[in-house]
Amino acid sequence: MSKDRKAMREMIARRAEKEIQDGNYVNLGIGMPTMVANYISENKQVMLQSENGLLGIGPYPTEEELDADLINAGKETVTAINGSAYFNSAESFAMIRGGNIDIAILGAMEVAENGDLANWMIPGKMIKGMGGAMDLVHGAQRVVIIMEHVNRDGGFKILKSCKLPLTGKAVVNRIITERAVIDITANGLKLIEILDKSSFEDIQSVTEPVLLNQTK
Amino acid sequence: MKEIYHSFSDAVESINNGATLLVGGFGLCGIPENLIKALREKGVKNLTVVSNNCGIDDWGLGLLLENKQIDKILASYVGENKEFERQVIAGELEVELVPQGTLAERLRAGGAGIPAFYTPAGVGTKIAEGKETRIFEGKEYLLEKAINGDFSLVRAYQGDSFGNLVYRKTAQNFNPIIAAAGRVTIAEVEHLVNPGQLNPAFIHTPSIYVNKIIQGTQEKRIERKTLKEV
Repeated sequence: MSKDRKAMREMIARRAEKEIQDGNYVNLGIGMPTMVANYISENKQVMLQSENGLLGIGPYPTEEELDADLINAGKETVTAINGSAYFNSAESFAMIRGGNIDIAILGAMEVAENGDLANWMIPGKMIKGMGGAMDLVHGAQRVVIIMEHVNRDGGFKILKSCKLPLTGKAVVNRIITERAVIDITANGLKLIEILDKSSFEDIQSVTEPVLLNQTK
Repeated sequence: MKEIYHSFSDAVESINNGATLLVGGFGLCGIPENLIKALREKGVKNLTVVSNNCGIDDWGLGLLLENKQIDKILASYVGENKEFERQVIAGELEVELVPQGTLAERLRAGGAGIPAFYTPAGVGTKIAEGKETRIFEGKEYLLEKAINGDFSLVRAYQGDSFGNLVYRKTAQNFNPIIAAAGRVTIAEVEHLVNPGQLNPAFIHTPSIYVNKIIQGTQEKRIERKTLKEV
């Protein structure tokens, strides 16, 4: 990964951290969302849930702490904080579907203006599976998507309607990219913040649906 | 007392061609690795396997795939396995991808005598195709059916000779719900102890669900070793 791309992902993760409130129960998706954990302010007490059966994910282990029986949902070795809990997979998704997760921060391939999310499958390519994403998007109180604003060819990822198979219908609340923060509302997409030196028109030009300018 | 085995090949002896197996674990964490190896040696074919993942190319359920012992798999995520990809593309392996929470609840329901349930996961997606839906309080849900199996293969940390099981950390994952959903449950345990040695307040799987127990030593391979940056 290039240095620029790494810095950009770090910037997105730092902005996403601001979505997390003190006392929140949070589920972070695999990939860039997992990086958000590195930037959680020490002034916030946050409980990270991992859908394989852990509430209270801690930092990555030292060589001495390494334990094959303690992993996160991305299958990475982790530690557990003081006050953590282990549980089975049915219990894990009961707490998710039951509405107890305050916020889920997930990645995406496409998001539509009505909040549809596509992040699990590209037809014609090998299907890997949806893991817990389809359950999470319905269970979490708030679903925040973090992703690069456009795809590698410069094409739209924020669309009038998704082209890829959906993970969930009308499930996304907010999108954070390296360029902007956009809310999905009943009145359409609202541009809340511009994160680089772009103008409103610049952000609109890389976003397919019409944006409402709500930046301050 | 339950049947206590000393050889893994004896423990899987009753598993025949065409059986439906429910297999515990998440990635390589908490998998009944010696029971899987014994099935590879036994060479049973045409298996239907229900498990969150399908191992990696040379370990876990990947060993059965490599040996073409699996006809069908139900899983939520299978992205770690090249042989899996090859067999799906070649039409040798049938796959049903199931959202992870739905998979867990279908297994839980199977063990609990509930034939089906409604869930929001998958509404409006490919997963919903051909499934009954129903609106409750203005919101749409999918009807999902319970899963039961001929055999459940689980890995526990401790087990007593009655079959009470205790799992360790996140090696618990699907194991307790799978232990309850199979007609015959075979538990591979790290430590076999006498009744009374496990605290009854902290049993994850009560003995009633377990039929066969065997103690073994596991390699406990790590799929993604991630360490604190120093």
